[in-house]
Amino acid sequence: MNQTPVNLLEIRNLKKTFSIGGEGLFSRPLTLTALEDINFTIRKDETLGIVGESGSGKSTLGRCILQLLSPDQGQVLWLGQDLTKLPAEEMRKRRQDLQIIFQDPLASLNPRMTVGEIIADPLRTLRPELSKEQRRERVLKTMAAVGLLPEMINRYPHEFSGGQAQRIGIARALVTEPKLIVCDEPVSALDVSIQAQILNLLAELKDAFGLTLIFISHNLSVVRHVSDRILVLYLGRIVELATGDEIYMDPKHPYTRALLTAVPIPDPRLARQRTIDGLKGEIPSPINPTSGCTFRTRCRFAQPQCAETRPVLETLDGGRLVACHRWREIEAAEPIGASA
Amino acid sequence: MAPVLTVKDLSVRFALHESEVTAVNNLNFTLEAGETMAVVGESGSGKSQAFLALMGLMAKNGTVTGQALLGDVDLLALSKTELNQYRGRDVAMIFQDPMTSLNPALRLKQQLAEVLVLHKGQDQKQAEASAIAMLERVGIPEPAKRANAYPHQLSGGMRQRVMIAMALLCQPKILIADEPTTALDVTVQAQMLDLFKTLTDDFGTSLVLITHDLGVVAGVADRMMVMYGGRAVEKGSVDDLFYDPRHPYTLGLLHSTPHIAKRAERLDPIQGMPPSLEHLPQGCAFNPRCAFAFDRCMVERPALTAAGEGREKACFHEGPMRYGKVA
Amino acid sequence: MLADNRIKSVASAEAIASEVPAKGRSLWKDAGRRFMANRAALTSLIVLLAVVVFTIVGPFFARWSIEKIDWSVVGNVINAGAPSLETGHYFGTDEVGRDLYSRVIQGTQISLLVGLVGSAIAVIVGTIYGAIAGYFGGRLDSLMMRFVDIIYSIPYMFILILLLIVFGRSFIMLFVGIGLISWLGMSRVVRGQTLTLKNREFVEAAIATGSKPRDVIFRHIVPNLLGIVAIYATLLVPEMILLESFISFLGLGVQEPNTSLGALISEGAQTMQYGTIWQLAFPLFFFITILFTFFFVGDGLRDALDPKDR
Repeated sequence: MNQTPVNLLEIRNLKKTFSIGGEGLFSRPLTLTALEDINFTIRKDETLGIVGESGSGKSTLGRCILQLLSPDQGQVLWLGQDLTKLPAEEMRKRRQDLQIIFQDPLASLNPRMTVGEIIADPLRTLRPELSKEQRRERVLKTMAAVGLLPEMINRYPHEFSGGQAQRIGIARALVTEPKLIVCDEPVSALDVSIQAQILNLLAELKDAFGLTLIFISHNLSVVRHVSDRILVLYLGRIVELATGDEIYMDPKHPYTRALLTAVPIPDPRLARQRTIDGLKGEIPSPINPTSGCTFRTRCRFAQPQCAETRPVLETLDGGRLVACHRWREIEAAEPIGASA
Repeated sequence: MAPVLTVKDLSVRFALHESEVTAVNNLNFTLEAGETMAVVGESGSGKSQAFLALMGLMAKNGTVTGQALLGDVDLLALSKTELNQYRGRDVAMIFQDPMTSLNPALRLKQQLAEVLVLHKGQDQKQAEASAIAMLERVGIPEPAKRANAYPHQLSGGMRQRVMIAMALLCQPKILIADEPTTALDVTVQAQMLDLFKTLTDDFGTSLVLITHDLGVVAGVADRMMVMYGGRAVEKGSVDDLFYDPRHPYTLGLLHSTPHIAKRAERLDPIQGMPPSLEHLPQGCAFNPRCAFAFDRCMVERPALTAAGEGREKACFHEGPMRYGKVA
Repeated sequence: MLADNRIKSVASAEAIASEVPAKGRSLWKDAGRRFMANRAALTSLIVLLAVVVFTIVGPFFARWSIEKIDWSVVGNVINAGAPSLETGHYFGTDEVGRDLYSRVIQGTQISLLVGLVGSAIAVIVGTIYGAIAGYFGGRLDSLMMRFVDIIYSIPYMFILILLLIVFGRSFIMLFVGIGLISWLGMSRVVRGQTLTLKNREFVEAAIATGSKPRDVIFRHIVPNLLGIVAIYATLLVPEMILLESFISFLGLGVQEPNTSLGALISEGAQTMQYGTIWQLAFPLFFFITILFTFFFVGDGLRDALDPKDR
């Protein structure tokens, strides 16, 4: 692609907090900061991978983009229009363009509805002008596109395996011909061989329908496989955003570097050779975030300055982003290639 | 040296409403001292059921046949009370979700000490001291303080460490780990796998790692057994199976697993779905999904036979197996 | 546009053979099958239906109406008023010489009606009320549920008695009184269930695919509530019958010459000492049968609709 990429979606200064507890009379609610200072763009036709461990806010981010959760602050600009300011009824209509695929395929399907009803549901509400026959025709076409047989239309979700159920979920997301689909851990609940089928299906559908995908996963190998660019989140903040190759060959942030060495490699010789950059401890609680850099508690390069000021998200050549005070020093001290 | 565990003709059957399914069918394997054997398969492959049966932890409607020789004791022939002596002392098992195996109402040191009091006849004080020492071994910071905590006060990774500590207290000969890292974050998973390696080296414990993740297998296992539809379809060293798979299912799994270092345009998944145990296909159970299947595979089931030094496979094809387009 | 040629390759490559017939098995059918396999529940259902049929067909065989006094037995109920085919008093007569057969039938009808109406009010009001409170949550939920708490905290027996005394004893008042309280428990159950359902992914999926709140509630949440509503409603029927019986037992229920099982039992209990045991036995038999069968049917429904809980 040589033309200048169109920014389909732009996220500006997004912040989302949750208050937990405080329902009772005497307990003061605690504030959990799920996302803060989120700034990035999604280009038309790309697949943007979002990786992070538990508590990184990756699913919250996906839901804030789709306005399934309303962010505390910031803007979600869809082709220049701020979705957070849109009245509910207009947002509801806008959902034709923005869809989602869920992690647990069976839980995301209404057990009392048939496959046909489930897939037709978005059309019923978003395209009321379609006749019953037109609706059915579209449902059948979409089912064919995701590899479901027409005779499955009257069956119920519980009669399907996880992989097939996920195909139903994909068909539901696809039936309104959206421009963007948020895939929230779409393969984590599936068996390995089925995972690969679904990943291939998503790639083919993306090409066939001209989709832009946001692919959220905790599995860096899967994200790297499907994504053009990868956004790495840690405790609700962006630590790095770069192309898949850059992330893999030339990670700048110490967290990305550590994450890469921790990813299991299905290759015994490589796995034995490499040294794991053992991150100390576990992800701290997002309820009382640390001062300065959120990653410093586990970072072996941390210095006093990391505790004092929060690193800003720096834009490097080619539009990649990184948020670390010391990435230049770290790169000089331990060039990549020595490990991995 | 004689193997620690020899399993012969292990079969596990479950009675359903009107039918019976065979979850594990004629499984044979040996486990050497100090080795790590990975058991790989998808849901319904029988990988967990086989080992739950060894531990006497099956659902009520299940029956086991066969032999599981631990030294010269057949675990499957023991009564419940006799089995209890071996369980925890000689063979320990840990699960994917540690929370289900820990008693939420007891402090960690109470739970850990109980094992030692029961199996080793230590007194409470002594047992608690050993428990704290073991917590330190598995990498729990401030073990003396943490020992007073309740399970829910720990993070997922810490709980799994506690489970490992509990399993290793009696220095068992065999540790069976059923998807021990599946629920954990990547960075914590890496720590855990590292811990497994040091611990098996230090204690000489044999580790059985039940998993669906080939990445995890490659990192820690010496040998592996691939299961499909309740049977072992390929066995051998990890290197042999990864670099020269002889069963199309092993090959398919390898090509289904995304590799962080290689950005292939497409994965080569196995077509279709894992079979339902109630309706296993005729002949080779894998034949509907197999790219290499021919007439014989449809009618006859290949037996598990030797396929070179220290490896076995259940497939009629001879020699190395490759997809056409894969280098 | 969905261009067929672009998607054909995907479809053919990934097509999955299906062994199962094309007609789907809905969860309701599955539940029905499990219910049929439950012998206690099925027997109870049959017995219950038999009782209902009896209350419809029975009056055709009655030789006496509910209020006609058989003067021939008055004063000698213990002998002449005993159950007998000859006199036409199949179940005997009551203390004043009225035919117990007709009265038991009528009492059973009334009791069943009270139970069903109470339960129906609970299903309609309680489900909608609870689903709305649970789905919208927040302040509306707090407000609606505190209202339920307040009504709950008023001693309803007292209110009911007051109502019946102030407005006079009538069917309508009885139903109003029972209807006032029957939906409270249901609304709580439904609200709780809605709260869990609301967080299920398929509800989020419905919102994400642009469903209106009304559609989310009535197409996605309510159908999934019906299982628990059905169970609760079935168990509520005997509860309502008991409540009515208690009111009748106190003498505040249905007005003479109409009667209900509770009233009949009350009268029967008072005359037990004179040896006219049938006056207690027949209404009690129907009363217990109805209660037991409803409980068993409710239990069977619970097992059938929610097999995980067994």
